[in-house]
Amino acid sequence: MKTIAVIGAGIVGSFLAYDLTQYEEVEVILFEKHGDVAQETSKANSAIVHAGYDPVDGTLKAKLNKRGAKMYQNICKQLGCGYQACGGYVLASNEEEVEILQELYARGKKRGITVEIKEREEVVKNEKNLSKHIRKALWVPDTAIITPWEVCEALVEEALWNGLQLHLHEEVLDIKACEKGYVIRSDKGQYSVDMLVNAAGLGAQKIMEMVEAESLFTITPKRGQYYVLAKRSQPYVSHVLYPAPSKAGKGVLAVPTIHGNILLGPTSEVLKKVDNGTTTSGLQEVQEKVEKIIQHVPYQEVIHSYSGCRPTGNNNDFYIEESRRCKGIFHLGCIDSPGLASAPAISEYVIVDLMKLPLTFHKKKHIVHRQKPLIMRNLSETKQQALIQKHPGYGHIVCYCEQISEQEVVDCIHRKCGAHSIAGVKMRVRPGMGKCQGGYCEVEIAKLLARELQIPLHEVQYDEDSYYEVAKEGRR
Amino acid sequence: MKQVDMIIIGGGSAGMSAAIAAKEAGIDNILILERKEELGGILQQCIHNGFGLQTFHEELSGPMYAQRFIDQIHAYRIPYRLCSDVVWIDERLRVQYVNAEEGYVWVQAKTILLACGCYERNRGAISIPGKRLPGVYTAGSAQRFLNLENILVGKNIFILGSGDIGLIMARRMTLEGANVLGVAEIMPYSNGLNRNIVQCLKDFAIPLYLSHTIVDIQGDFHVERVVIAQVDEHRNILPKTQKSFAVDTLLLSIGLLPEMSLADHLDMEMDSKSKGAKVNAHYETSIPHIYACGNALHVHDIVDFVSMEAHEAALCAVQDIKGQYHRQKQFSTQAGSGISYVLPHSVDAQPSQNITLCVRSIRPYKQVMINIRTGDRIIKTITKRYLLPSEMERIILKPSDIGILEESLIVEVKES
Amino acid sequence: MKKTFDCIVCPMSCHLEVTKQKDDIQVRGNSCLKGAAFARQEMIEPMRMLTTTIRIEHAIYPLLPVITSRNVPKAKLFAIMEACKHVCVSAPVHVNDVIVKNIADSGADLLASRSMERRI
Repeated sequence: MKTIAVIGAGIVGSFLAYDLTQYEEVEVILFEKHGDVAQETSKANSAIVHAGYDPVDGTLKAKLNKRGAKMYQNICKQLGCGYQACGGYVLASNEEEVEILQELYARGKKRGITVEIKEREEVVKNEKNLSKHIRKALWVPDTAIITPWEVCEALVEEALWNGLQLHLHEEVLDIKACEKGYVIRSDKGQYSVDMLVNAAGLGAQKIMEMVEAESLFTITPKRGQYYVLAKRSQPYVSHVLYPAPSKAGKGVLAVPTIHGNILLGPTSEVLKKVDNGTTTSGLQEVQEKVEKIIQHVPYQEVIHSYSGCRPTGNNNDFYIEESRRCKGIFHLGCIDSPGLASAPAISEYVIVDLMKLPLTFHKKKHIVHRQKPLIMRNLSETKQQALIQKHPGYGHIVCYCEQISEQEVVDCIHRKCGAHSIAGVKMRVRPGMGKCQGGYCEVEIAKLLARELQIPLHEVQYDEDSYYEVAKEGRR
Repeated sequence: MKQVDMIIIGGGSAGMSAAIAAKEAGIDNILILERKEELGGILQQCIHNGFGLQTFHEELSGPMYAQRFIDQIHAYRIPYRLCSDVVWIDERLRVQYVNAEEGYVWVQAKTILLACGCYERNRGAISIPGKRLPGVYTAGSAQRFLNLENILVGKNIFILGSGDIGLIMARRMTLEGANVLGVAEIMPYSNGLNRNIVQCLKDFAIPLYLSHTIVDIQGDFHVERVVIAQVDEHRNILPKTQKSFAVDTLLLSIGLLPEMSLADHLDMEMDSKSKGAKVNAHYETSIPHIYACGNALHVHDIVDFVSMEAHEAALCAVQDIKGQYHRQKQFSTQAGSGISYVLPHSVDAQPSQNITLCVRSIRPYKQVMINIRTGDRIIKTITKRYLLPSEMERIILKPSDIGILEESLIVEVKES
Repeated sequence: MKKTFDCIVCPMSCHLEVTKQKDDIQVRGNSCLKGAAFARQEMIEPMRMLTTTIRIEHAIYPLLPVITSRNVPKAKLFAIMEACKHVCVSAPVHVNDVIVKNIADSGADLLASRSMERRI
């Protein structure tokens, strides 16, 4: 029996936990300093599975992005997570950019990715709000969208069914070598492990520095700010729209989400330290830059804005290697874009190429699959009726904007990787993601959490460290 | 499919008033659909007083005002369903709702009355900068927590927006032991009723920062500080005017918007100013037999006006049900200078009953006249000592005032 | 002495000008008699209605909204709030039921502001 610790329950750590728990003779411990999975970069990004034409040749990014993108569809289907190959257009508005499209086209072709150059007329048929200046586009049909935190939660849940030990709210403070491996000290205890994967995202440099004599990579938080537009019956955009990439990165995009919202962003700001705030100037920049690709942006339909930091490295590539100094420790640093798209392939690469697991271990004969969550709005009316008859809670709507029933909320609280805060419920079943942003439903969700977790209402947490106060305790 | 003469969506002040009016006009086959667990709507959490002066000539609390209507609904045995969320309405007047007991139910209506109230604008809608931290609530949400659930959402509070709910909450939270450090309003005047400024802020020495807005929200795991700054008349932030407040909670009272999601998929004409549906003087939307009233039509500042409007709208729908509604050629109403919007959006060429015009001014005025004219013909003039955007004006026009219209009706402010 | 008040009697919010010379109080700017009375009272001793909640058991919510039966001295508001902390009733309650007589010696009774049925 080998014990493997994974640090960080973002998308990469979640895939590792999922994959590793499928092996015999492996015990997996997943450490996450936050109170839930997917709380940093994996929670706030563009939610795109890029097809893999973009990274330059010879990089890990190129190799793992292409492979990861191919893996997602099956994984999402198997886990019951949303996946939509909506396709993407990379848009060019001048000669210089058309040349960039040609380069990407050639790169895509060489990698076996379906790519096509389209004239403006063809694109505008599918995207009514295309900017007047767009002349040509690179059509990438395999560009897909997912809900990243949904995938994380599903992966970790399935891993839990297969024996994962999940340690939420537990920060790794120190790692020391011992005779037969390593001792991890956290703020809650000590653990002896044989191997360790540093998938700490924005915190990967800090973890690396705990074990290495010299710095192997440096991580700079690069912030991206986004707008979220409300759902509507006629979507404002239906495909991922990219401007032609430049040295500064992929630029400001317009992205449909699985649930019918539109994301506009991100900015690309180098920060000294992680900050999940938005700024007036940042959102202004999104407005200015997105004009490059689209017009008539319905800003009156903005329901939310957010930002996320990506762990940008110093070498324009992922840093994924076994420590030379400490065998059995694997650093996964600098996982910025296309980290989400590459995540399943990163996990596979670490296990197959770096850990060489198949040589010593076998896959479990019986892998337990989780029961997929019931989503009322996706069911037929007959199925809905039958469900409500059996469990009346499916007929009691508690989130009006997103049409979420009481029972769906209750279900998500009691799942193995369940929600224990209002933010956790929001992430899993969406109350608070609609136009009221929780104005209507937050009280209801808090009451359901209190009832289901059997705690007084004032102990319900909004996020990780928040709680309410009782107004009138008084005496009987 | 069950057949109903009048389906009323929402069992709050508008829905209940409408139901009572319809019942009194002889309609029995009514169904009120309310998504919460009791009738009364938002009034149940508005425990402050000041309701009912127009309707009952008494000063009641919100729940007291609601109670009168609830008792009447029961006395009249008007059918209603609770915990029943309407998920669909269409042009063919079919309504689908869902609840735990019946599941999904389709009903065929003769008329539909949208009385589903309004919702609060929130942080997302106005992109307040700063960190995404717990501790930011809409004032109404905090009010529900406090007045119904016994939860104080914070101890040290700052409030953005001087809308009435924000002012009321400033007093409520102060009385319950919280410290309200201030209220910031981006406009150079308050958006709440003057009486609320007096008894909610001045009484407790809570400062009101006019022409100020939030420029940052700071903290590590929870709101720890908000920073405000002064703005000029174009809402540009003025340098070196920042003030920082150590608070754990930010309440937002930044406006209400009609709840019209049910019409999202319909081809219903909307008013970009009021954010509600466009209606004619019969409160009928651009989709025949679908009526709108109360805060779902446009946001009111006084509940009595909601009740009155719902009453009138219901009577129009009753005429429709009885086959006594004869559609006439319509002339539009227009918001002239100084007016932000006018309701209804169109009137009959030759009205046979009184028309209630609801208008709001663009900015505060002193000593002005409101003119209602068609072409050069002045139909009515009223003088106002004060005209405030936060206080809706109701102007009643008699058929004899209007006569026969040949062009649109214009409402405008004339400064003397 | 001259003072200006914003009238709080009704949503009209009239701007009142009050002049006091010895015992003679003159009010200008009011639209009704109630407004004049308010202005006089405000000069002598400001009075307010108080609305708050008390705890209730076996009802749909843990709180019952309550209101004072008449205006109470502004200076007494917090004393009444404190007294309300220690009151708990049991449903059913009917609107206008007297919950506490002469609460905190304010001269006003505390009334239920709504009806609440008993729920188990």
